[in-house]
Amino acid sequence: MCGAIKGGPSLEGVDVANQAVIQGIVTRDDEPVGNAYVRLLDAGGEFTAEVPTSATGQFRFFAAPGSWTLRTLVPRADVVERKVVAQKGAVAEVAVTV
Amino acid sequence: MSRETALVTADWVEEHLNDPKVVLVEVDEDTEAYDKGHIPGAVKLDWKKDLQDGVRHDFVSKDRLEALLSEKGIANDDTIVFYGGNNNWFAAYAYWYLKYYGHQNLRLLDGGRKKWELESRELTTDVPSREATTYTAQEPNADIRAFRDEVVEAIGTKNLIDVRSPDEYAGRLLAPAHLPQEAAQIGGHIPTAGNVPWSKAANEDGTFKSDEELAQLYSEAGLDENKDTIAYCRIGERSSHTWFVLHEILGYPNVKNYDGSWSEYGSLRGVPVAVGDQPGQA
Repeated sequence: MCGAIKGGPSLEGVDVANQAVIQGIVTRDDEPVGNAYVRLLDAGGEFTAEVPTSATGQFRFFAAPGSWTLRTLVPRADVVERKVVAQKGAVAEVAVTV
Repeated sequence: MSRETALVTADWVEEHLNDPKVVLVEVDEDTEAYDKGHIPGAVKLDWKKDLQDGVRHDFVSKDRLEALLSEKGIANDDTIVFYGGNNNWFAAYAYWYLKYYGHQNLRLLDGGRKKWELESRELTTDVPSREATTYTAQEPNADIRAFRDEVVEAIGTKNLIDVRSPDEYAGRLLAPAHLPQEAAQIGGHIPTAGNVPWSKAANEDGTFKSDEELAQLYSEAGLDENKDTIAYCRIGERSSHTWFVLHEILGYPNVKNYDGSWSEYGSLRGVPVAVGDQPGQA
């Protein structure tokens, strides 16, 4: 795969108006990372969910409105944390670089 | 039961990759994960297609399970090692499910697929061929599965452990945050249930915490070791993980998984419900 596509997975078929979506892509050296694990932690740092990235490095969560932290684990890389705010009816896009 | 009889390490699995009496079985929430790569020799079980009846909202029958395991080449005296993603969430469900149908030698790979991948151990897309067997399941073991009437009666008398995330427990979310928010009719939890998110039992690499840490985790949430315990979540998978911790690792004698869980309870008429961050009254 040459170069990463931008942003999270396609929102086709997703009822965005009723969801607080957090999504994005994990890249290393501008290439998507397909074997990353993205953990969603709530405002208190409590683990809420975890997803493996797709072959194209993408991930998505349906969160509640509020502040969240994404914690990304990748083989042979340091853990990366990114803060994000989710809102109902909106899509928070996060680009994670490891 | 204990950690030694319920868990195996990644090194142990590597040493037994060619052992014909050890069957690795991958069970993932993402049922396509296996197809993208799996531990060499592992077979796949699809928690939805293979393990749900499809017409009734229930498990497959004993006959269907026997046909499934026979076709997968799993024998009654094989040691089944389950593993999967998300801290073995669905692998623990399959373990509990086969325990329900009486399989003797069951293990979980500690850390599951994530730890295996993060350690860059070998994955393959080769699908093994195992010779078909004639598998015989036992009659279901009612000691480890709770149904709704028993759960309603347990309010105020038994330990109820809600293992969903704090936001689901309080009623602010209806499903885990990586799934669309749909399921039960209403949000909240069963009154008197303590909240110990299932994931607290696991380290970040997916391995289980130590016995001491685990025992403390549940006692702090009010679990009384002298009482029977029922664990639940939304659809019974995450609570299988907690059932595994309490029954298989810590060896507490009377622990049931309520697999109807919140998706059933939160749609029932005539039962009490609590909302917010406190357990609520019986």
